[in-house]
Amino acid sequence: MKLFMRYLSILFRSQMQYKTSFWLLTVGQFFTPFTMIAGIWFLFERFGSLRGWDFHEVAICFAVIHMAFAISECFARGFDTFASLIVSGDFDRLLVRPRSTFLQVLGSKFEFTRIGRLAQSSIVLIWATASASIDWTPLKALTLGLMILSGTIIFAGIFILVATLCFWTVQGLEIANILTNGGKEMAQYPLQIYERWVVRFFTFIIPFGCVNYLPLQYILGRTDGDEMFYSLTPLAGFLFFFLCLIVWQFGVRHYRSTGS
Amino acid sequence: MRPPRNLKRYLSVFRIRLAYSLQYRTAALAGIATQFFWGFLLIMVYSAFYSSSTSQPPMSLPQLVTYIWLQQAFLAFIMLWFRDEELFGLITTGNIAYELCRPGELYGFWYAKLLAQRIASALLKCLPIMGTAFFLPKSYQMMLPPDVLSAGLFIISLLLGLLVLVGISMFIYISVFYTMSPYGSLLLFNVIGEFLAGMIIPVPLMPDWLQDIVYLFPFSWTADFPFRVYSGHFHHTEAAVGIMLQLIWLTVLVTLGRLAMKQALRRVVIQGG
Repeated sequence: MKLFMRYLSILFRSQMQYKTSFWLLTVGQFFTPFTMIAGIWFLFERFGSLRGWDFHEVAICFAVIHMAFAISECFARGFDTFASLIVSGDFDRLLVRPRSTFLQVLGSKFEFTRIGRLAQSSIVLIWATASASIDWTPLKALTLGLMILSGTIIFAGIFILVATLCFWTVQGLEIANILTNGGKEMAQYPLQIYERWVVRFFTFIIPFGCVNYLPLQYILGRTDGDEMFYSLTPLAGFLFFFLCLIVWQFGVRHYRSTGS
Repeated sequence: MRPPRNLKRYLSVFRIRLAYSLQYRTAALAGIATQFFWGFLLIMVYSAFYSSSTSQPPMSLPQLVTYIWLQQAFLAFIMLWFRDEELFGLITTGNIAYELCRPGELYGFWYAKLLAQRIASALLKCLPIMGTAFFLPKSYQMMLPPDVLSAGLFIISLLLGLLVLVGISMFIYISVFYTMSPYGSLLLFNVIGEFLAGMIIPVPLMPDWLQDIVYLFPFSWTADFPFRVYSGHFHHTEAAVGIMLQLIWLTVLVTLGRLAMKQALRRVVIQGG
């Protein structure tokens, strides 16, 4: 943990070297989801509703997934850019150090500019939860927190999974974008509007549905019985993450250096 | 205006770059898969919106589906940010000095380079995507343009749109002369530009007051306009007027861009290295 903090502070200082660019990037990150939520708002203005969901409810979906993505990109960026470590052979150096590879790769890069995006999504979340009609209970608040945490962990899990693939493919795979960016884009709407195979895939294989759609049903009071089950669905994210870590360990054992 | 020998020089830069970019076929294949995913996703979202619509939307669903597939097929013609680390690298490492030694104007060189890159990427992607999209199941199927004239106007406006787009993106590269680290200035420009170009939601679905703003900027002329010519959303005369406006924008952008480039080069400091 101490080492993790060291990594954090070093990388923070290095990114602050380009101050203008840092702030511009942060502001840019603030506006990226802004145009998206504006787009969704315009669509609602044009069409009224989305299969029984109103704008505030979709905005909660949106905010949860974007917050999760922002946090995850900030901290798990090392795995996202992992291909470069493999290509240059620098991963060998990580292996000889007496710390876990997981921690070292995690600490190899942080993107602090994502704070902009996080700030924007938090504002959307606060605004949306305040304007949607929700009877708050402590358990519901806890579920909301759990949703964000679980979402973060799922994105991190995907980053790790894709990084693990680099052990075999060496080059990073563009197609992995479908899972990260695509997942984000998809999960910003309630899962129910998609076709059945999409819903199944993103509930049981990659459990995005468990971090906003299902628990939101509970928060909005739409479940028929079995509230406990719905409120605990975000835990599926942890299971997913755990499986990703196992795959990672497996990958590390099968690593063959590029030698360069 | 330019002597023909000059033009030949830019053409050869264009050809070299085109051949270079066409080498990345596997990357293009992966890109195609991603684009299909996006296409399906967007169509599902819009279908859901349309099914719960209370009023008549300004664009029919099949028109919108066609619009979305065109967007996916010609993504390289819409995105303002087309990753070109090379040009950024030239500026930040100081290797720009070599570029300046070359005969010919830097603006033309870079313009030709960027143009070739985009065309290469679109060539690799547009045929497989459009080819498949025509044969998808009904609710995802892409339509043909309503008549031959619309198809012709579409091609003209698409090419002009591309020229306008490269003209806009040149400003991004010129801005790097001032900021040194490209990403900040780029991102902000990008986010706003792509929204105005109809990347987030198609321009016809925006509220009217926003559409009025959109038409004041050059961004919607790059891709939104040709796509709507294709789907017949703009009729022949409207399309012809639009093409004139595209030409005007192109002249303005290139003239300003060349001026800005001259200014930037006058104060450029080579970073050694």
